[in-house]
Amino acid sequence: MQAKKRYFIVLSAGACLVLLFYFGGLQVRATRNQSRREDRLRSPEQPWPHFSDNLQSFLPREQLANEDYNMHLSPRQKRDANTSLYKGKKCRMESCFDFSLCQRSGFKVYVYPQQKGEKISESYQNILSAIEGSRFYTSDPSQACLFVLSLDTLDRDQLSPQYVHNLKSKDLGFDIGQAMLAKASIGAENFRPHFDVSIPLFSKDHPRTGGERGFLKYNTIPPFRKYMLVFKGKRYLTGIGSDTRNALYHVHNAEDVVLLTTCKHGKDWQKHKDGRCDKDNAEYDKYDYREMLHNSTFCLVPRGRRLGSFRFLEALQAACVPVMLSNGWELPFSEVIDWNTAAVIGDERLLLQIPSTVRSIHQDKILALRQQTQFLWEAYFSSVEKIVLTTLEIIQDRIFKHISRNSLIWNRHPGGLFVLPQYSAYLGDFPFYFAALGVKPSSRFTAVIHAVTPLISQSQPILKLLVAVSKSQYCAQIIVLWNCDKPLPAKHRWPATPVPVVVIEGENKVMSSRFQPYDTIVTDAILSLDEDTVLSTTEVDFAFTVWQSFPERIVGYPARSHFWDSNKERWGYTSKWTNDYSMVLTGAAIYHRYYHYLYTNYLPVSLKNMVDQLANCEDILMNFLVSAVTKLPPIKVTQKKQYKETMMGQSSRASRWADPDHFAQRQTCMNKFASWFGTMPLIHSQMRLDPILFKDQVSILRKKYRDIERL
Amino acid sequence: MCASVKYSARGPALIPRMKTKHRMYYIALFSVVLLGLIATGMFQFWPHSIESSTDWSVDRHSVHDAPLVHLSASDPIPERGDLSCRMHTCFDVYRCGYNPKNRIKVYIHPLRRYVDDLGAPISSTGLSREYNELLSAISDSDFYTDDINRACLLIPSIDVLNQNSLRIRETAQALAQLPRWERGMNHLLFNMLPGGPPDYNTALDVPRDRPRKYFILSSQIALHMEYRTELETLKAENGEAMLILDKCTNLSEGVSSVRKRCCKGQVFDYPQILQESTFCVVLRGVRLGQAALSDVLQAGCVPVILADSYILPFSEVLDWKRAAVVIPEDNLSEMYSILKSIPAKQVEEMQRQARWFWEAYFRSMKNIVMTTLQIINDRIYPYAARSYEEWNDPPSVKWASVNSPLFLPLIPPRAPGFTAVVLTYDRIESLFRVITEISKVPSLCKLLVVWNNQNKDPPEESQWPKITVPLKVVRTTENKLSNRFFPYDEIETEAVLAIDDDIIMLTSDELQFGYEVWREFPDRLVGYPGRLHLWDHEMGKWKYESEWTNEVSMVLTGAAFYHKYFNYLYTYKMPGDIKNWVDAHMNCEDIAMNFLVANVTGKAPIKVTPRKKFKCPECTAIDGLSLDQTHMVERSECINKFATVFGTMPLKVVEHRADPVLYKDDFPEKLKSFPNIGSL
Repeated sequence: MQAKKRYFIVLSAGACLVLLFYFGGLQVRATRNQSRREDRLRSPEQPWPHFSDNLQSFLPREQLANEDYNMHLSPRQKRDANTSLYKGKKCRMESCFDFSLCQRSGFKVYVYPQQKGEKISESYQNILSAIEGSRFYTSDPSQACLFVLSLDTLDRDQLSPQYVHNLKSKDLGFDIGQAMLAKASIGAENFRPHFDVSIPLFSKDHPRTGGERGFLKYNTIPPFRKYMLVFKGKRYLTGIGSDTRNALYHVHNAEDVVLLTTCKHGKDWQKHKDGRCDKDNAEYDKYDYREMLHNSTFCLVPRGRRLGSFRFLEALQAACVPVMLSNGWELPFSEVIDWNTAAVIGDERLLLQIPSTVRSIHQDKILALRQQTQFLWEAYFSSVEKIVLTTLEIIQDRIFKHISRNSLIWNRHPGGLFVLPQYSAYLGDFPFYFAALGVKPSSRFTAVIHAVTPLISQSQPILKLLVAVSKSQYCAQIIVLWNCDKPLPAKHRWPATPVPVVVIEGENKVMSSRFQPYDTIVTDAILSLDEDTVLSTTEVDFAFTVWQSFPERIVGYPARSHFWDSNKERWGYTSKWTNDYSMVLTGAAIYHRYYHYLYTNYLPVSLKNMVDQLANCEDILMNFLVSAVTKLPPIKVTQKKQYKETMMGQSSRASRWADPDHFAQRQTCMNKFASWFGTMPLIHSQMRLDPILFKDQVSILRKKYRDIERL
Repeated sequence: MCASVKYSARGPALIPRMKTKHRMYYIALFSVVLLGLIATGMFQFWPHSIESSTDWSVDRHSVHDAPLVHLSASDPIPERGDLSCRMHTCFDVYRCGYNPKNRIKVYIHPLRRYVDDLGAPISSTGLSREYNELLSAISDSDFYTDDINRACLLIPSIDVLNQNSLRIRETAQALAQLPRWERGMNHLLFNMLPGGPPDYNTALDVPRDRPRKYFILSSQIALHMEYRTELETLKAENGEAMLILDKCTNLSEGVSSVRKRCCKGQVFDYPQILQESTFCVVLRGVRLGQAALSDVLQAGCVPVILADSYILPFSEVLDWKRAAVVIPEDNLSEMYSILKSIPAKQVEEMQRQARWFWEAYFRSMKNIVMTTLQIINDRIYPYAARSYEEWNDPPSVKWASVNSPLFLPLIPPRAPGFTAVVLTYDRIESLFRVITEISKVPSLCKLLVVWNNQNKDPPEESQWPKITVPLKVVRTTENKLSNRFFPYDEIETEAVLAIDDDIIMLTSDELQFGYEVWREFPDRLVGYPGRLHLWDHEMGKWKYESEWTNEVSMVLTGAAFYHKYFNYLYTYKMPGDIKNWVDAHMNCEDIAMNFLVANVTGKAPIKVTPRKKFKCPECTAIDGLSLDQTHMVERSECINKFATVFGTMPLKVVEHRADPVLYKDDFPEKLKSFPNIGSL
């Protein structure tokens, strides 16, 4: 078999060379032909004539209507017959996947227990722990709908140091049968569309969670970098993948197109060494790979021994637009990612045209391609966890087709992992697509007041708050979330308000219940309030008008900041007055209702439990979540710092804010959260938004939000 | 129509079952294929043209005039094609070559009448009306070439739309005889299984806002009993919201059964009835593809597709998830609850989307063939492919939506700083004061003076203020306002501060803070003096407002930060004659910039820091451009003029401005990052 393979390779390599020469030669011939063709009159053949005949339809409808369909097999039988046909190499979801397992308890993933003494590579261990840490994981095989092997099948390249031995080897190591394959560097020939998943090739150092951000820091104009196109890598003198790389030197110009290869790899390279090796090797050593990567507009990603290469992810992260030269490589997550928006898909056969092709790409397009590389990198590739989750979400989307993500969701910020299609089928229900759809968020909000103390006196802050908020022209309704141990107060105890007030008893009276996606909330915006928050109607109005400009962010009053405490080597939390902030607490903030859904369904149980047990930090967690999604800071509005009665004086003894542990807990939370996210998602901002005429020296009567200044 | 238009079948879903004997020929026939070796990129624009088209109408052609070709039984039969074809294995790209237009050339083999030894035609229908339309559409399009040597894609004139009317063996022989057939390399065959495009194109006029009477409609007549029973069960559970139609059994003579559907003796007009329902079922029949799909789309009814492994037409580019609901056949019984759970807004979206897909891609043979060719074109020139939005957004969305060119959420680092661009004519003294002031801003990286006075040389180098950052003077060839927005190579930073030579009152803290705000909003104009546009109800037009207002929709570029990208846009992509108008009137360049940025990003500008007098307090009102009365009138005119050119009013009104977090806070000034804000 090996011999056969080699024979084939040699043959195809030969064929390719012949093609190339032919192609090269043809250029000359073609130009010569050109003139000859000019002389000849245009081909005597007419364009397609306009026939005057009265032509028949290719299939009259009547004929179709008269077919007696019940003569045939029942469609179900027929489908079943097909099912047995489409097995193994022809697998499809319908024929090789048991959907019924997923109908029972949803999309749950089970990982087979590890056998003792089984060797697992670091990368595969990362994959398994990412699955186990995900919200899809179940330890009960009877609940599961997807099963993952704990045998390491990651690296089947026997030359690779990562190769795990002792698996019976044949092609993939074993007969995969009806199993789906999530494989890096998969060729289109072996790829079962809409069944297998093509994943990127990543190194063993790829971080498990979090992951580095993309390297793009600015969008310079014009978008060209020092080099136009670069490549630096091995050249294979023989065997698979040698021809493309062997031909690269034709295109190399040592100026803005720098394509470098080296023969120096493997033990016996000297043996196969060809005439160009020494020259190539010398040129190769002149350039630094990192320097080229960061200073090139395009990066060539030619096939190597495998179709895919590490170069691909490296280029993506470096915002160097990948130019793919790997015919038949099913690009990572090609089922959902539109790679034309982030890469140039070249054809190996047209290598010589590549320079003119990339030069013809317009500046605007380069700018867009480059930004898209960064988006895709951060959304799907920067950590093992993201790669795993993307794979799982793709499979889940296939199983529940009618509640799956469309291509727009996958290819646009914030990406498929943060957009849960179970929330709504309508894109306008999410905070991210208003501009893309050309629509606006709804012009009203729902206030959710978190009540924890019983209603005793009529002067309690919650009642004042209720009245103030209800007077806002944008308020649609008020929900009082009753998280107090005491029973609900009688209806008449609540003040009369111009908008409906709904009282809901919190589920288990835990903190997380304030971020439940209640069905009663129908507006896009939620104004989240603590019971002791002090806010005026004007302040509510102003905050809401600001939110309408930033519907994907948290917009509110109480600002806080985080910092890196280098002495203690951990994140710190501060409520002091600072020149910047990175959080806006949900005691008085407006945000999109989707974040309730995301908080409840995206975050792991461990973090939510922590919040519930401490009865603290829910607001920090919400800020982490929103910043992780948007990659932007929240927005503080106007001057107001004191928004709690407790801060102003005695009163309200039960308040959790008075507890000295409270602050220490918040430090701990910060660090716990940061470790789950794998990175610190919070971002600082130095500005706040005030009304246009805020404290300007002009008559107060001219000011729309004059009450804000009086406070 | 339901057409599985055949181009490089991906997966066998499209291949109809038939006798294995025929299958072989069939495969030979339908593997979309290719070859040729011409790699020159020298395509010339073929002026396929008006004159020739007038010729055609004069010449009356008949299909019967086509030359006769006799096939003999001994003619070669092409060998079995390669089912695993991919573009990179079975398509010869050298034929398409590199060409600056990124457009493939398509050749149509001339029409022949093929007959066998006995003189019997190989196809019972010959050239069908639809195939003729299809070929005419290609021949009328930019894709067409009459030169087989320059063609990248070749199309036989042998009609294989309906393989039931073909003699497979003879058709295969006929194809094999085509010049350049070469096992089908680079050839494109069209095959529509059942049905054709409906012949009642005018029958449907979709009412937009009429409420639809039924929730789910099943209108297919050729449904298997098994599925029909299941549908009936669903109807029994959900009542009147569902309507299940069947073939009419007792129609009077002369009434076409195609146009009628029945349910319990009641007769309904088809396809009109499709407009009465929100969702229309497209269920697997004998074949996967169903003629009903096209009718349903046209009626603006949302297709509910229950045909496992059916590859929806043009699914390579069309995002069907936005236009249809796909439900596994096994979940038929849950159809009702699944559809009920879809939000009303989404249903509206899908109706619009379905209708748009039909309008743009399925309406006629021409639309179908053009879509097919465009998809192939996109594969061959992927870097010039049409975008997702171009394919999928209906015109109304394309019009209303904005896709900011700077879409990545990115807060650029502080380090590169900004380049200040000062436009000046001859106010040297004031200019020098501005330069001295700006030079105190920590993040200033470079100062660029645009010298707009051709009659006077800029002062000697020695006379300029001594500052720590590089100072460059650019001399212009003409005194034009748009010079200030030229993307000079000297601007090496992303951030540009445009500043007039008389804005001397901005403090270093204010400028530095403005830069920090710009970093948080790199895709917006971030500036100091704010302005507003208002609708004047009396005059029925836009009005410019510079008074103390609670709102702002523009910031003046007399002092504003923005991304250099917008310089490039202003200079090269400004719509209409706005640029010339601005230069001619020596006014409104800032309004034009505000329009441009708002239009391309859909976002409002950010006004920073409190209102103050930005020019020298002692200056008189007549001094400088922007104060006299006619000037204000002209600026109102600008707004109206620009709104007309843009075809819309892109400016967005907001009620907020940006201040430092601790602005006006009772806090030690020396601890504030930007203490000197708003002082006069």
